[in-house]
Amino acid sequence: MSTEIASPSLLRPSPVSVTRVIGAALLLALAAFAVLGPWLVQADPAKQDFSASLAPIGGEYLLGADHYGRSLLARLAHGARLSFGMAFLTMLTAAIPGVLLGLAAAWRGGWLEWTLELLANIVLALPGLMLVLLLLAFAPGNFGPLYFGLALTLWVEFYRITRTTTATILKQPHIEAAKLLGFGSGYILRSYVLPSIAPLIATLAAFAMATAIIAISTLSAISVGLQPPTPELGSMIVELLPYYAEAPVHVLLPPILIFLLVLGLQLIAQKDSR
Amino acid sequence: MRQFLLARLAQAGIVALVVGALCFALMRVLPGDAAMRIAAGRYGPDARIAEAADKVRLELGLDRAWPVQFLDWLASLVQFDLGHSLVTGAPVVDELKVQLGASVWLAAAAIMLSLLIGPTIGVFCGLKPNGWTDRLGLAGSVILRSLPPFVLGLILMLVFAIWLGWLPPAGFGTWRDLALPALTLALGLAAVSSRVTRDAIATVVKAPYFVFARHKGLPEAAVVWRHGLRNAAIPVVSYLGLQAIYLVEGVVVVESIFAYPGIGHALVHAIVERDIPMVQGTALAMGLIFVAVTAAVEAASAWLDPRLRRTQ
Repeated sequence: MSTEIASPSLLRPSPVSVTRVIGAALLLALAAFAVLGPWLVQADPAKQDFSASLAPIGGEYLLGADHYGRSLLARLAHGARLSFGMAFLTMLTAAIPGVLLGLAAAWRGGWLEWTLELLANIVLALPGLMLVLLLLAFAPGNFGPLYFGLALTLWVEFYRITRTTTATILKQPHIEAAKLLGFGSGYILRSYVLPSIAPLIATLAAFAMATAIIAISTLSAISVGLQPPTPELGSMIVELLPYYAEAPVHVLLPPILIFLLVLGLQLIAQKDSR
Repeated sequence: MRQFLLARLAQAGIVALVVGALCFALMRVLPGDAAMRIAAGRYGPDARIAEAADKVRLELGLDRAWPVQFLDWLASLVQFDLGHSLVTGAPVVDELKVQLGASVWLAAAAIMLSLLIGPTIGVFCGLKPNGWTDRLGLAGSVILRSLPPFVLGLILMLVFAIWLGWLPPAGFGTWRDLALPALTLALGLAAVSSRVTRDAIATVVKAPYFVFARHKGLPEAAVVWRHGLRNAAIPVVSYLGLQAIYLVEGVVVVESIFAYPGIGHALVHAIVERDIPMVQGTALAMGLIFVAVTAAVEAASAWLDPRLRRTQ
Protein backbone atom coordinates (compact mmCIF):
# COMPACT_ATOMS: atom_id res chain seq x y z
CA MET A 1 0.00 0.00 0.00
CA SER A 2 1.57 3.26 -1.04
CA THR A 3 1.46 5.95 1.55
CA GLU A 4 3.42 8.60 -0.29
CA ILE A 5 0.89 10.70 -2.02
CA ALA A 6 2.50 13.48 -3.98
CA SER A 7 -0.19 16.00 -4.71
CA PRO A 8 -3.95 16.27 -4.75
CA SER A 9 -3.98 16.13 -8.54
CA LEU A 10 -3.01 12.45 -8.33
CA LEU A 11 -5.86 11.80 -5.98
CA ARG A 12 -8.68 12.05 -8.44
CA PRO A 13 -10.72 8.85 -8.32
CA SER A 14 -9.32 6.34 -10.79
CA PRO A 15 -11.63 5.24 -13.62
CA VAL A 16 -14.09 2.66 -12.35
CA SER A 17 -12.60 -0.79 -12.93
CA VAL A 18 -14.59 -3.83 -13.88
CA THR A 19 -13.39 -5.84 -10.87
CA ARG A 20 -14.62 -3.12 -8.52
CA VAL A 21 -18.05 -3.13 -10.15
CA ILE A 22 -18.26 -6.92 -9.88
CA GLY A 23 -17.14 -6.74 -6.26
CA ALA A 24 -19.69 -4.05 -5.45
CA ALA A 25 -22.51 -5.99 -7.15
CA LEU A 26 -21.54 -9.15 -5.27
CA LEU A 27 -21.44 -7.31 -1.96
CA LEU A 28 -24.78 -5.60 -2.60
CA ALA A 29 -26.41 -8.95 -3.35
CA LEU A 30 -24.91 -10.51 -0.22
CA ALA A 31 -25.85 -7.53 1.91
CA ALA A 32 -29.41 -7.79 0.64
CA PHE A 33 -29.41 -11.49 1.52
CA ALA A 34 -28.01 -10.72 4.98
CA VAL A 35 -30.44 -7.89 5.72
CA LEU A 36 -33.61 -9.06 3.97
CA GLY A 37 -33.02 -12.81 4.26
CA PRO A 38 -33.81 -13.28 7.97
CA TRP A 39 -36.86 -11.07 7.50
CA LEU A 40 -38.21 -12.76 4.34
CA VAL A 41 -37.45 -16.32 5.40
CA GLN A 42 -39.80 -16.68 8.30
CA ALA A 43 -38.36 -20.05 9.39
CA ASP A 44 -36.64 -20.16 12.77
CA PRO A 45 -32.95 -21.05 12.24
CA ALA A 46 -32.96 -23.08 15.46
CA LYS A 47 -36.19 -25.05 14.87
CA GLN A 48 -35.44 -28.76 14.62
CA ASP A 49 -37.46 -31.24 12.57
CA PHE A 50 -35.94 -34.69 12.74
CA SER A 51 -38.18 -36.09 10.03
CA ALA A 52 -36.49 -33.68 7.61
CA SER A 53 -32.92 -34.50 8.66
CA LEU A 54 -30.57 -33.73 5.72
CA ALA A 55 -33.57 -32.96 3.49
CA PRO A 56 -32.46 -32.51 -0.13
CA ILE A 57 -32.16 -29.16 -1.82
CA GLY A 58 -35.21 -27.94 -3.70
CA GLY A 59 -37.84 -29.92 -1.84
CA GLU A 60 -39.91 -28.61 1.04
CA TYR A 61 -36.76 -26.81 2.24
CA LEU A 62 -35.44 -24.55 -0.49
CA LEU A 63 -31.77 -25.13 0.32
CA GLY A 64 -32.32 -28.36 2.20
CA ALA A 65 -32.01 -28.95 5.93
CA ASP A 66 -29.10 -29.91 8.16
CA HIS A 67 -28.70 -33.04 10.29
CA TYR A 68 -31.13 -31.70 12.91
CA GLY A 69 -33.62 -30.80 10.19
CA ARG A 70 -33.04 -27.06 10.58
CA SER A 71 -33.72 -25.00 7.45
CA LEU A 72 -30.38 -24.28 5.81
CA LEU A 73 -31.75 -21.23 4.01
CA ALA A 74 -32.76 -19.66 7.31
CA ARG A 75 -29.44 -20.61 8.91
CA LEU A 76 -27.43 -19.22 6.00
CA ALA A 77 -29.40 -15.96 6.04
CA HIS A 78 -28.88 -15.55 9.79
CA GLY A 79 -25.24 -16.59 9.46
CA ALA A 80 -24.67 -14.02 6.72
CA ARG A 81 -26.31 -11.35 8.84
CA LEU A 82 -24.15 -12.30 11.83
CA SER A 83 -20.89 -12.32 9.84
CA PHE A 84 -21.67 -9.21 7.85
CA GLY A 85 -23.09 -7.27 10.77
CA MET A 86 -20.34 -8.17 13.16
CA ALA A 87 -17.63 -7.46 10.59
CA PHE A 88 -19.20 -4.09 9.84
CA LEU A 89 -19.53 -3.19 13.52
CA THR A 90 -15.94 -4.28 14.21
CA MET A 91 -14.68 -2.29 11.23
CA LEU A 92 -16.49 0.86 12.44
CA THR A 93 -15.23 0.38 16.00
CA ALA A 94 -11.69 0.06 14.65
CA ALA A 95 -11.87 2.74 11.94
CA ILE A 96 -13.36 5.64 13.89
CA PRO A 97 -10.82 5.76 16.75
CA GLY A 98 -8.04 4.69 14.36
CA VAL A 99 -8.60 7.58 11.97
CA LEU A 100 -9.25 10.15 14.69
CA LEU A 101 -6.17 9.15 16.68
CA GLY A 102 -4.08 9.08 13.50
CA LEU A 103 -5.17 12.63 12.66
CA ALA A 104 -4.51 13.76 16.22
CA ALA A 105 -1.05 12.16 16.27
CA ALA A 106 -0.05 13.72 12.94
CA TRP A 107 -1.46 17.11 13.97
CA ARG A 108 -0.17 17.39 17.52
CA GLY A 109 2.90 15.16 17.51
CA GLY A 110 4.81 15.22 20.81
CA TRP A 111 3.87 12.99 23.72
CA LEU A 112 0.49 12.10 22.19
CA GLU A 113 2.13 10.63 19.09
CA TRP A 114 4.76 8.90 21.23
CA THR A 115 2.13 7.25 23.44
CA LEU A 116 0.00 6.17 20.49
CA GLU A 117 3.00 4.72 18.66
CA LEU A 118 3.93 2.71 21.74
CA LEU A 119 0.35 1.45 22.03
CA ALA A 120 0.33 0.47 18.34
CA ASN A 121 3.64 -1.35 18.72
CA ILE A 122 2.33 -3.25 21.73
CA VAL A 123 -0.69 -4.45 19.75
CA LEU A 124 1.44 -5.32 16.71
CA ALA A 125 4.02 -7.28 18.74
CA LEU A 126 1.75 -10.33 18.58
CA PRO A 127 -0.08 -11.56 15.46
CA GLY A 128 -3.68 -10.34 15.59
CA LEU A 129 -5.35 -13.71 15.90
CA MET A 130 -3.15 -14.61 18.90
CA LEU A 131 -4.30 -11.51 20.76
CA VAL A 132 -7.93 -12.33 19.99
CA LEU A 133 -7.36 -15.93 21.16
CA LEU A 134 -5.82 -14.75 24.44
CA LEU A 135 -8.75 -12.39 25.05
CA LEU A 136 -11.19 -15.16 24.15
CA ALA A 137 -9.66 -17.26 26.93
CA PHE A 138 -11.48 -14.95 29.37
CA ALA A 139 -14.90 -15.99 28.10
CA PRO A 140 -14.86 -18.57 25.27
CA GLY A 141 -17.93 -18.48 23.08
CA ASN A 142 -18.95 -14.91 23.93
CA PHE A 143 -19.46 -11.99 21.57
CA GLY A 144 -17.74 -9.47 23.84
CA PRO A 145 -14.09 -10.56 23.84
CA LEU A 146 -14.28 -11.59 20.18
CA TYR A 147 -15.59 -8.17 19.14
CA PHE A 148 -13.26 -6.26 21.43
CA GLY A 149 -10.21 -8.31 20.42
CA LEU A 150 -10.85 -7.88 16.70
CA ALA A 151 -11.41 -4.13 17.01
CA LEU A 152 -8.30 -3.85 19.17
CA THR A 153 -6.11 -5.49 16.53
CA LEU A 154 -7.71 -3.75 13.54
CA TRP A 155 -7.60 -0.10 14.69
CA VAL A 156 -3.79 -0.04 14.42
CA GLU A 157 -3.77 -0.26 10.63
CA PHE A 158 -6.23 2.66 10.34
CA TYR A 159 -4.19 4.68 12.81
CA ARG A 160 -0.86 4.05 11.08
CA ILE A 161 -2.01 4.81 7.55
CA THR A 162 -3.89 7.94 8.66
CA ARG A 163 -0.92 9.20 10.67
CA THR A 164 1.76 8.70 7.99
CA THR A 165 -0.41 10.01 5.14
CA THR A 166 -1.59 13.04 7.09
CA ALA A 167 1.95 13.81 8.24
CA THR A 168 3.25 13.83 4.63
CA ILE A 169 0.34 15.98 3.49
CA LEU A 170 0.79 18.51 6.28
CA LYS A 171 4.48 18.94 5.38
CA GLN A 172 3.73 19.98 1.80
CA PRO A 173 4.35 23.61 0.76
CA HIS A 174 0.80 24.38 -0.32
CA ILE A 175 -0.54 23.37 3.09
CA GLU A 176 2.08 25.52 4.80
CA ALA A 177 0.97 28.33 2.53
CA ALA A 178 -2.67 27.75 3.40
CA LYS A 179 -1.77 27.87 7.10
CA LEU A 180 0.19 31.09 6.64
CA LEU A 181 -2.73 32.63 4.78
CA GLY A 182 -4.73 32.05 7.92
CA PHE A 183 -7.02 29.23 6.88
CA GLY A 184 -8.31 27.36 9.92
CA SER A 185 -7.38 23.79 10.73
CA GLY A 186 -10.97 22.70 10.03
CA TYR A 187 -10.70 24.03 6.49
CA ILE A 188 -7.34 22.33 5.85
CA LEU A 189 -8.68 19.09 7.26
CA ARG A 190 -11.80 19.18 5.09
CA SER A 191 -10.32 20.28 1.80
CA TYR A 192 -6.83 18.76 1.83
CA VAL A 193 -6.46 15.94 4.31
CA LEU A 194 -9.78 14.13 4.16
CA PRO A 195 -9.99 13.85 0.35
CA SER A 196 -6.57 12.22 0.23
CA ILE A 197 -7.02 9.76 3.07
CA ALA A 198 -10.62 8.79 2.21
CA PRO A 199 -9.79 6.28 -0.58
CA LEU A 200 -7.07 4.68 1.57
CA ILE A 201 -9.47 4.37 4.48
CA ALA A 202 -12.13 2.83 2.23
CA THR A 203 -9.65 0.19 1.03
CA LEU A 204 -8.54 -0.52 4.58
CA ALA A 205 -12.16 -0.80 5.69
CA ALA A 206 -12.83 -3.48 3.08
CA PHE A 207 -9.72 -5.41 4.14
CA ALA A 208 -10.63 -5.04 7.81
CA MET A 209 -14.10 -6.47 7.17
CA ALA A 210 -12.61 -9.37 5.22
CA THR A 211 -10.18 -10.07 8.07
CA ALA A 212 -13.01 -9.93 10.60
CA ILE A 213 -15.23 -12.31 8.60
CA ILE A 214 -12.38 -14.82 8.23
CA ALA A 215 -11.44 -14.53 11.91
CA ILE A 216 -15.01 -14.95 13.20
CA SER A 217 -15.64 -18.08 11.13
CA THR A 218 -12.18 -19.52 11.80
CA LEU A 219 -12.45 -19.12 15.56
CA SER A 220 -15.81 -20.83 15.74
CA ALA A 221 -14.53 -23.59 13.44
CA ILE A 222 -11.73 -24.34 15.92
CA SER A 223 -14.34 -24.22 18.72
CA VAL A 224 -13.12 -21.19 20.66
CA GLY A 225 -15.38 -18.64 18.95
CA LEU A 226 -19.17 -18.52 18.90
CA GLN A 227 -20.70 -21.80 19.97
CA PRO A 228 -22.85 -24.17 17.84
CA PRO A 229 -26.51 -23.31 18.36
CA THR A 230 -25.68 -19.86 16.96
CA PRO A 231 -26.11 -19.96 13.18
CA GLU A 232 -22.49 -18.99 12.48
CA LEU A 233 -21.02 -19.94 9.09
CA GLY A 234 -17.76 -21.42 10.43
CA SER A 235 -19.42 -23.61 13.04
CA MET A 236 -22.05 -24.66 10.47
CA ILE A 237 -19.25 -26.07 8.30
CA VAL A 238 -17.77 -28.07 11.16
CA GLU A 239 -21.22 -29.29 12.26
CA LEU A 240 -22.14 -30.45 8.76
CA LEU A 241 -18.76 -31.95 7.87
CA PRO A 242 -19.45 -35.47 9.26
CA TYR A 243 -22.38 -35.74 6.81
CA TYR A 244 -20.43 -34.83 3.67
CA ALA A 245 -20.94 -38.32 2.19
CA GLU A 246 -24.75 -38.09 2.42
CA ALA A 247 -25.07 -34.40 1.61
CA PRO A 248 -21.95 -32.93 -0.01
CA VAL A 249 -23.70 -29.84 -1.35
CA HIS A 250 -25.07 -28.97 2.10
CA VAL A 251 -21.52 -28.92 3.47
CA LEU A 252 -20.36 -26.67 0.65
CA LEU A 253 -23.04 -23.99 1.11
CA PRO A 254 -21.62 -22.13 4.15
CA PRO A 255 -18.02 -22.07 2.85
CA ILE A 256 -19.28 -20.76 -0.50
CA LEU A 257 -21.07 -17.96 1.34
CA ILE A 258 -17.90 -17.05 3.29
CA PHE A 259 -15.89 -17.23 0.08
CA LEU A 260 -18.27 -14.89 -1.76
CA LEU A 261 -18.31 -12.40 1.13
CA VAL A 262 -14.53 -12.22 1.29
CA LEU A 263 -14.20 -12.24 -2.51
CA GLY A 264 -16.55 -9.27 -2.83
CA LEU A 265 -14.55 -7.31 -0.27
CA GLN A 266 -11.23 -8.28 -1.90
CA LEU A 267 -12.45 -7.22 -5.35
CA ILE A 268 -13.63 -3.85 -4.05
CA ALA A 269 -10.32 -3.24 -2.28
CA GLN A 270 -8.27 -4.48 -5.22
CA LYS A 271 -5.41 -2.34 -6.49
CA ASP A 272 -5.96 -2.21 -10.23
CA SER A 273 -2.60 -3.68 -11.24
CA ARG A 274 -2.69 -6.77 -9.07
CA MET B 1 22.23 -3.69 12.32
CA ARG B 2 22.42 -3.09 16.04
CA GLN B 3 19.37 -0.85 15.90
CA PHE B 4 17.21 -3.51 14.32
CA LEU B 5 18.40 -6.11 16.84
CA LEU B 6 17.43 -3.76 19.66
CA ALA B 7 14.00 -3.21 18.08
CA ARG B 8 13.40 -6.96 17.91
CA LEU B 9 14.59 -7.45 21.50
CA ALA B 10 12.14 -4.75 22.59
CA GLN B 11 9.40 -6.54 20.64
CA ALA B 12 10.25 -9.82 22.40
CA GLY B 13 10.00 -8.01 25.73
CA ILE B 14 6.60 -6.58 24.81
CA VAL B 15 5.40 -10.05 23.78
CA ALA B 16 6.39 -11.46 27.17
CA LEU B 17 4.77 -8.53 28.98
CA VAL B 18 1.48 -8.72 27.05
CA VAL B 19 1.18 -12.49 27.34
CA GLY B 20 2.20 -12.43 31.01
CA ALA B 21 -0.21 -9.62 31.91
CA LEU B 22 -3.15 -11.20 30.08
CA CYS B 23 -2.56 -14.58 31.71
CA PHE B 24 -2.14 -13.01 35.14
CA ALA B 25 -5.44 -11.18 34.65
CA LEU B 26 -6.99 -14.45 33.46
CA MET B 27 -5.82 -16.19 36.63
CA ARG B 28 -7.47 -13.54 38.82
CA VAL B 29 -10.65 -13.11 36.80
CA LEU B 30 -11.62 -16.76 36.51
CA PRO B 31 -14.18 -17.82 39.09
CA GLY B 32 -12.98 -19.84 42.07
CA ASP B 33 -10.04 -19.62 44.42
CA ALA B 34 -6.68 -19.99 42.66
CA ALA B 35 -5.08 -21.63 45.74
CA MET B 36 -7.94 -24.13 45.90
CA ARG B 37 -7.54 -24.93 42.21
CA ILE B 38 -3.80 -25.51 42.51
CA ALA B 39 -4.24 -27.62 45.66
CA ALA B 40 -6.86 -29.74 43.90
CA GLY B 41 -4.50 -30.12 40.96
CA ARG B 42 -1.63 -31.20 43.20
CA TYR B 43 -3.19 -33.37 45.87
CA GLY B 44 -6.56 -34.27 44.38
CA PRO B 45 -9.85 -32.91 45.68
CA ASP B 46 -10.31 -34.66 49.06
CA ALA B 47 -11.72 -33.77 52.49
CA ARG B 48 -8.63 -31.84 53.63
CA ILE B 49 -8.60 -29.60 50.54
CA ALA B 50 -9.19 -26.40 52.55
CA GLU B 51 -6.07 -26.96 54.68
CA ALA B 52 -4.05 -27.84 51.60
CA ALA B 53 -5.30 -24.67 49.91
CA ASP B 54 -4.20 -22.57 52.92
CA LYS B 55 -0.72 -24.09 52.71
CA VAL B 56 -0.56 -23.46 48.97
CA ARG B 57 -1.68 -19.86 49.53
CA LEU B 58 1.12 -19.30 52.03
CA GLU B 59 3.68 -21.13 49.95
CA LEU B 60 2.97 -19.30 46.70
CA GLY B 61 2.26 -15.99 48.42
CA LEU B 62 -1.24 -15.76 47.00
CA ASP B 63 -2.30 -13.66 50.02
CA ARG B 64 -0.11 -10.73 49.03
CA ALA B 65 -1.28 -7.58 47.22
CA TRP B 66 -1.78 -8.12 43.47
CA PRO B 67 0.94 -5.74 42.19
CA VAL B 68 3.52 -7.72 44.20
CA GLN B 69 2.15 -10.97 42.82
CA PHE B 70 2.23 -9.55 39.29
CA LEU B 71 5.92 -8.62 39.57
CA ASP B 72 6.59 -12.07 40.96
CA TRP B 73 4.69 -13.58 38.02
CA LEU B 74 6.73 -11.59 35.51
CA ALA B 75 10.00 -12.46 37.26
CA SER B 76 9.34 -16.18 36.95
CA LEU B 77 8.30 -15.64 33.31
CA VAL B 78 11.63 -13.96 32.54
CA GLN B 79 13.42 -16.95 34.08
CA PHE B 80 11.38 -19.27 31.83
CA ASP B 81 9.79 -20.82 34.89
CA LEU B 82 6.45 -21.47 33.25
CA GLY B 83 4.93 -23.68 35.92
CA HIS B 84 2.97 -26.91 35.53
CA SER B 85 0.04 -27.71 33.29
CA LEU B 86 -3.20 -27.75 35.27
CA VAL B 87 -4.47 -30.66 33.18
CA THR B 88 -1.54 -33.07 32.79
CA GLY B 89 0.53 -31.86 35.75
CA ALA B 90 3.71 -32.03 33.66
CA PRO B 91 6.04 -29.00 33.54
CA VAL B 92 4.92 -26.65 30.75
CA VAL B 93 8.48 -26.39 29.44
CA ASP B 94 8.66 -30.15 28.79
CA GLU B 95 5.38 -30.12 26.87
CA LEU B 96 6.48 -27.10 24.89
CA LYS B 97 9.70 -28.79 23.77
CA VAL B 98 7.76 -31.61 22.10
CA GLN B 99 5.11 -29.38 20.52
CA LEU B 100 7.59 -26.76 19.42
CA GLY B 101 9.53 -29.35 17.43
CA ALA B 102 6.39 -30.45 15.61
CA SER B 103 5.34 -26.88 14.84
CA VAL B 104 8.77 -25.82 13.62
CA TRP B 105 8.76 -28.72 11.15
CA LEU B 106 5.33 -27.69 9.91
CA ALA B 107 6.26 -24.02 9.59
CA ALA B 108 9.54 -24.80 7.84
CA ALA B 109 7.86 -27.18 5.40
CA ALA B 110 5.17 -24.59 4.70
CA ILE B 111 7.70 -21.82 4.01
CA MET B 112 9.78 -24.09 1.75
CA LEU B 113 6.73 -25.22 -0.21
CA SER B 114 5.41 -21.67 -0.53
CA LEU B 115 8.81 -20.49 -1.80
CA LEU B 116 8.73 -23.27 -4.39
CA ILE B 117 5.19 -22.45 -5.53
CA GLY B 118 4.75 -18.68 -5.13
CA PRO B 119 7.89 -17.11 -6.63
CA THR B 120 8.02 -19.67 -9.46
CA ILE B 121 4.52 -18.75 -10.57
CA GLY B 122 5.31 -15.09 -9.95
CA VAL B 123 8.37 -15.15 -12.23
CA PHE B 124 6.40 -16.62 -15.12
CA CYS B 125 3.59 -14.09 -14.58
CA GLY B 126 6.00 -11.15 -14.30
CA LEU B 127 8.05 -11.90 -17.40
CA LYS B 128 4.95 -11.31 -19.52
CA PRO B 129 2.75 -8.88 -17.57
CA ASN B 130 -0.94 -9.05 -18.54
CA GLY B 131 -0.40 -12.22 -20.57
CA TRP B 132 -2.69 -15.17 -20.01
CA THR B 133 -0.38 -16.75 -17.36
CA ASP B 134 -0.49 -13.47 -15.47
CA ARG B 135 -4.28 -13.32 -15.59
CA LEU B 136 -4.56 -16.94 -14.52
CA GLY B 137 -2.12 -16.31 -11.67
CA LEU B 138 -4.12 -13.27 -10.57
CA ALA B 139 -7.38 -15.20 -10.57
CA GLY B 140 -5.82 -18.05 -8.57
CA SER B 141 -4.34 -15.64 -6.07
CA VAL B 142 -7.63 -13.76 -5.52
CA ILE B 143 -9.53 -17.04 -5.09
CA LEU B 144 -6.99 -18.45 -2.61
CA ARG B 145 -6.93 -15.21 -0.64
CA SER B 146 -10.72 -15.29 -0.32
CA LEU B 147 -10.66 -18.75 1.27
CA PRO B 148 -10.07 -18.81 5.03
CA PRO B 149 -7.20 -21.24 5.84
CA PHE B 150 -9.51 -23.67 7.60
CA VAL B 151 -11.80 -23.92 4.56
CA LEU B 152 -8.78 -24.45 2.30
CA GLY B 153 -7.55 -27.16 4.68
CA LEU B 154 -10.94 -28.90 4.66
CA ILE B 155 -11.08 -28.78 0.85
CA LEU B 156 -7.60 -30.31 0.55
CA MET B 157 -8.55 -32.93 3.12
CA LEU B 158 -11.68 -33.87 1.18
CA VAL B 159 -9.86 -34.02 -2.16
CA PHE B 160 -6.57 -35.69 -1.25
CA ALA B 161 -7.52 -37.75 1.79
CA ILE B 162 -11.09 -38.81 1.12
CA TRP B 163 -11.71 -38.80 -2.64
CA LEU B 164 -8.23 -39.67 -3.89
CA GLY B 165 -7.03 -41.40 -0.74
CA TRP B 166 -3.42 -40.39 -1.33
CA LEU B 167 -2.61 -38.80 2.02
CA PRO B 168 -3.88 -39.26 5.58
CA PRO B 169 -6.40 -36.60 6.74
CA ALA B 170 -4.81 -36.22 10.18
CA GLY B 171 -1.99 -37.50 12.32
CA PHE B 172 1.66 -37.02 13.00
CA GLY B 173 4.88 -38.87 12.39
CA THR B 174 5.84 -39.23 8.74
CA TRP B 175 6.16 -36.69 5.94
CA ARG B 176 2.82 -37.94 4.62
CA ASP B 177 1.09 -36.51 7.70
CA LEU B 178 2.95 -33.26 7.24
CA ALA B 179 2.04 -32.86 3.56
CA LEU B 180 -1.56 -31.62 3.76
CA PRO B 181 -1.21 -29.11 6.63
CA ALA B 182 1.99 -27.75 5.09
CA LEU B 183 0.35 -27.47 1.68
CA THR B 184 -2.62 -25.60 3.18
CA LEU B 185 -0.33 -23.00 4.73
CA ALA B 186 1.94 -22.88 1.66
CA LEU B 187 -0.93 -22.18 -0.75
CA GLY B 188 -2.14 -19.32 1.42
CA LEU B 189 1.37 -17.86 1.59
CA ALA B 190 2.02 -18.42 -2.13
CA ALA B 191 -1.19 -16.60 -3.07
CA VAL B 192 0.41 -13.38 -1.87
CA SER B 193 4.09 -14.04 -2.57
CA SER B 194 3.38 -14.95 -6.21
CA ARG B 195 1.84 -11.52 -6.77
CA VAL B 196 4.66 -9.72 -4.95
CA THR B 197 7.18 -11.63 -7.10
CA ARG B 198 5.20 -10.83 -10.23
CA ASP B 199 5.27 -7.08 -9.47
CA ALA B 200 8.97 -7.21 -8.59
CA ILE B 201 9.88 -9.07 -11.78
CA ALA B 202 7.71 -6.77 -13.89
CA THR B 203 9.60 -3.78 -12.41
CA VAL B 204 13.00 -5.41 -12.95
CA VAL B 205 12.17 -6.32 -16.56
CA LYS B 206 11.53 -2.64 -17.28
CA ALA B 207 14.75 -1.48 -15.53
CA PRO B 208 17.58 -0.11 -17.72
CA TYR B 209 20.20 -2.62 -16.47
CA PHE B 210 17.93 -5.51 -17.44
CA VAL B 211 17.18 -4.10 -20.88
CA PHE B 212 20.91 -3.56 -21.35
CA ALA B 213 21.77 -7.13 -20.34
CA ARG B 214 19.37 -8.39 -23.00
CA HIS B 215 20.67 -5.88 -25.49
CA LYS B 216 24.27 -6.97 -25.20
CA GLY B 217 23.21 -10.43 -26.30
CA LEU B 218 23.18 -12.50 -23.10
CA PRO B 219 21.07 -15.65 -23.35
CA GLU B 220 17.61 -15.19 -21.79
CA ALA B 221 18.31 -17.69 -18.96
CA ALA B 222 21.47 -15.81 -17.94
CA VAL B 223 19.63 -12.48 -18.03
CA VAL B 224 16.85 -13.71 -15.76
CA TRP B 225 19.15 -15.67 -13.48
CA ARG B 226 21.97 -13.15 -13.00
CA HIS B 227 20.20 -9.82 -13.35
CA GLY B 228 16.58 -10.57 -12.66
CA LEU B 229 16.19 -12.88 -9.71
CA ARG B 230 18.41 -11.32 -7.06
CA ASN B 231 17.01 -7.86 -7.64
CA ALA B 232 13.47 -9.16 -7.69
CA ALA B 233 14.13 -11.17 -4.52
CA ILE B 234 14.49 -8.04 -2.37
CA PRO B 235 10.79 -7.12 -2.11
CA VAL B 236 9.80 -10.79 -1.98
CA VAL B 237 12.01 -11.51 1.03
CA SER B 238 11.04 -8.34 2.86
CA TYR B 239 7.40 -9.26 2.25
CA LEU B 240 8.02 -12.61 3.98
CA GLY B 241 8.24 -10.57 7.19
CA LEU B 242 4.59 -9.56 6.81
CA GLN B 243 3.74 -13.14 5.95
CA ALA B 244 5.10 -14.26 9.32
CA ILE B 245 1.79 -13.01 10.74
CA TYR B 246 -0.16 -15.23 8.36
CA LEU B 247 2.15 -18.14 9.15
CA VAL B 248 1.73 -17.95 12.93
CA GLU B 249 -2.04 -17.44 12.72
CA GLY B 250 -2.25 -20.19 10.13
CA VAL B 251 -0.30 -22.64 12.29
CA VAL B 252 -2.91 -22.28 15.05
CA VAL B 253 -5.79 -22.91 12.68
CA VAL B 254 -4.27 -25.60 10.48
CA GLU B 255 -2.94 -27.63 13.40
CA SER B 256 -6.38 -27.62 14.99
CA ILE B 257 -8.09 -28.71 11.77
CA PHE B 258 -5.59 -31.49 10.99
CA ALA B 259 -5.19 -32.60 14.65
CA TYR B 260 -1.45 -31.99 14.29
CA PRO B 261 0.13 -32.09 17.77
CA GLY B 262 1.95 -28.76 17.56
CA ILE B 263 1.98 -25.64 19.65
CA GLY B 264 -1.04 -23.98 18.01
CA HIS B 265 -3.16 -27.05 18.64
CA ALA B 266 -1.95 -26.97 22.26
CA LEU B 267 -2.86 -23.29 22.61
CA VAL B 268 -6.42 -23.85 21.40
CA HIS B 269 -6.83 -26.86 23.70
CA ALA B 270 -5.41 -24.96 26.65
CA ILE B 271 -7.92 -22.16 26.05
CA VAL B 272 -10.82 -24.60 25.89
CA GLU B 273 -9.60 -26.37 29.03
CA ARG B 274 -8.71 -23.10 30.78
CA ASP B 275 -5.24 -24.41 31.49
CA ILE B 276 -3.67 -21.01 32.14
CA PRO B 277 0.01 -22.04 32.51
CA MET B 278 -0.25 -23.84 29.17
CA VAL B 279 -2.00 -20.86 27.55
CA GLN B 280 0.81 -18.64 28.77
CA GLY B 281 3.58 -21.01 27.69
CA THR B 282 2.23 -21.70 24.22
CA ALA B 283 1.30 -18.08 23.53
CA LEU B 284 4.73 -16.95 24.69
CA ALA B 285 6.49 -19.52 22.51
CA MET B 286 4.43 -18.60 19.44
CA GLY B 287 4.96 -14.89 20.04
CA LEU B 288 8.72 -15.41 20.32
CA ILE B 289 8.76 -17.52 17.14
CA PHE B 290 6.98 -14.66 15.40
CA VAL B 291 9.67 -12.22 16.59
CA ALA B 292 12.43 -14.63 15.53
CA VAL B 293 10.98 -15.11 12.03
CA THR B 294 10.65 -11.34 11.60
CA ALA B 295 14.26 -10.85 12.72
CA ALA B 296 15.51 -13.59 10.37
CA VAL B 297 13.67 -11.99 7.45
CA GLU B 298 15.20 -8.61 8.24
CA ALA B 299 18.66 -10.15 8.37
CA ALA B 300 18.06 -11.85 5.01
CA SER B 301 16.88 -8.57 3.46
CA ALA B 302 20.01 -6.81 4.69
CA TRP B 303 22.16 -9.57 3.18
CA LEU B 304 20.37 -9.33 -0.18
CA ASP B 305 20.30 -5.55 -0.40
CA PRO B 306 23.56 -3.81 0.59
CA ARG B 307 21.79 -0.44 0.58
CA LEU B 308 19.91 -1.43 3.75
CA ARG B 309 23.19 -2.15 5.59
CA ARG B 310 24.65 1.20 4.66
CA THR B 311 21.71 3.29 5.84
CA GLN B 312 21.60 1.73 9.28
